[in-house]
Amino acid sequence: MIRIEHVTKKFGRTVAVDDACLTLPPGDSVALWGANGAGKTTLIRCVLGLLRFRGRIHVGGLDVRRSGKAARLLIGYVPQELGFYDDLGVAEAVRFFGRLKGLRSTDAEASLAGVGLTGHESKRIRELSGGMKQRLALAIALLGDPAVLVLDEVTASLDAVGRAEFVSMLRGLSGSGRTMLFASHRVEEVATLAERVAVLDRGRIDRVVPCRDFVASLGHGAVLHLVLPAHVRERAMLSLKAGGFTPRMNGVGVLVPVSSEQKAGPFRVLAEASIRVDDFELVALDHGMNASEPRVSNRHAKEQRS
Amino acid sequence: MTTIASWAPVERKSAVAKPPSFARNVLTVSRRELRDAVRSRWFLLYTLAFAVLGLAVSFVSAAGGGGVGLSGFGRTTAGLINLVLLVVPLMALTAGSASIASDRERGMLAYLLAQPLSRTEVLLGKYVGLACSLLASLSLGLGVCAGVLAWRGLATHPASVLWLAALSFALALGMLSLGMLISVLARRASVAVGTAIFVWLALVFVTDLAIMAGAIALRLRIEELLALSLANPLQVFKMWSLHAVDASLDVLGPAGLYATEEFGRTLHAIFGACLAVWIVLPLVVASVVFSRRSPL
Repeated sequence: MIRIEHVTKKFGRTVAVDDACLTLPPGDSVALWGANGAGKTTLIRCVLGLLRFRGRIHVGGLDVRRSGKAARLLIGYVPQELGFYDDLGVAEAVRFFGRLKGLRSTDAEASLAGVGLTGHESKRIRELSGGMKQRLALAIALLGDPAVLVLDEVTASLDAVGRAEFVSMLRGLSGSGRTMLFASHRVEEVATLAERVAVLDRGRIDRVVPCRDFVASLGHGAVLHLVLPAHVRERAMLSLKAGGFTPRMNGVGVLVPVSSEQKAGPFRVLAEASIRVDDFELVALDHGMNASEPRVSNRHAKEQRS
Repeated sequence: MTTIASWAPVERKSAVAKPPSFARNVLTVSRRELRDAVRSRWFLLYTLAFAVLGLAVSFVSAAGGGGVGLSGFGRTTAGLINLVLLVVPLMALTAGSASIASDRERGMLAYLLAQPLSRTEVLLGKYVGLACSLLASLSLGLGVCAGVLAWRGLATHPASVLWLAALSFALALGMLSLGMLISVLARRASVAVGTAIFVWLALVFVTDLAIMAGAIALRLRIEELLALSLANPLQVFKMWSLHAVDASLDVLGPAGLYATEEFGRTLHAIFGACLAVWIVLPLVVASVVFSRRSPL
């Protein structure tokens, strides 16, 4: 359904995506995984035809550069945050995007019910909470029943409850025969939604592995997501490695696979190194993955010092 | 917790559907743009300012010598021409310059372009929507002026008002094209609007002064002076308006006399071609630049 062939994207001298190759058959669900700047969002923007690139990308057999309009009709896109006219009403927004996809107004408005936005039609977009905005973005993405869903860190701006709700909605979609390509920093999202994981490192697709193997490679038990100030992250990595952990840099902090007996270990190591932890989240890894919800077992107050 | 399990595996409709036509997408985007413009404060402000200033200019001009005076053409119309020269380019340039650049800055442009529509459809849709809002604003402003003047019994030539309205709209289209070009070139909305105001100042004041200075310093010939004037769309509008309501450009001095004697009846076509170039050329360049630049 999506074929990415030797795609390279440079911004000046910086190589954002380097010779990426990835094929998603119909119904496949692939997570793009990697640290900030690994090229996840850039690759998604190439798939959407928003950026010029070297190489070729086909969606449903259509070249996204030559037949961009027709290719994008096959794609429902949900961005990190819905950036659209804030003054627009919810129903008005859905009608507008519905018209762009060749739908009638009534069909477009019906999509709101599917994401639980019934009763909010007359609200303006600026009046919606972050979670509701993302649901609206999902309703817009699903207009016209697209064969492909492309999601770019869609839960990044949501709180824990909103995130769990949204992932649950997406899980309902992942089994509906749609092809799904999404970028995420969150293990629980990947474990719930993906069948395969493409690990990106500095623009290159390092490996594409089954989700089960990817989660297993992170360790047993749980993953501790530590949010750290930018200037101490490198030092925290070194301290944690010295303390016997296998941390990975990820987004705004580090991910540390921990066993059930050593959950407090990383905090002890960082406290000894006088490194402040701004926030943390403990994600219990479920190896049944798609069978159940990920369990977010704790979420601590911000600015907590370890 | 909300789930959407109702989306069962289905044969995708989109796999066989065709994207909407070019015209339909342009219409959809332009309607959106028109609604936004009409709801915005700038539309209300410019329309009010244009109507109030138009009325003031009309009353002052008419009080100075009745509806007919200065070299045979209506003083009222002459006053309105000067008002249009100042206000309409400012309206159109700022509206055009803010359109793409502010959408890009807020991340709306990338989201819009991720939908099944082309960049040309977005650009043209925005252009048509803004053009319609400018047409509405100008029609309201000039309509109010003409209506109040007629009600007060002050003589105005309907043909003059219609010519002025049509030419004002043509000028607005040209300036809107230029504004859109600035908008696709600028990375930030503030830079785009700042550049548009600078261009407006240059067109309204600087080029006039530069031509006058150049005429004296370089001893320009009369045909060179006319050619330079034709390069400025505001001068073209002024000359065409005067020519349309008076059929003589002698109020503009030697260059005007030269133009009338040399080109006579073909002046309408020359002025029309000049304004058409100002409408089409910046928009075409904007379209080419827009299709090559990142919307991010």
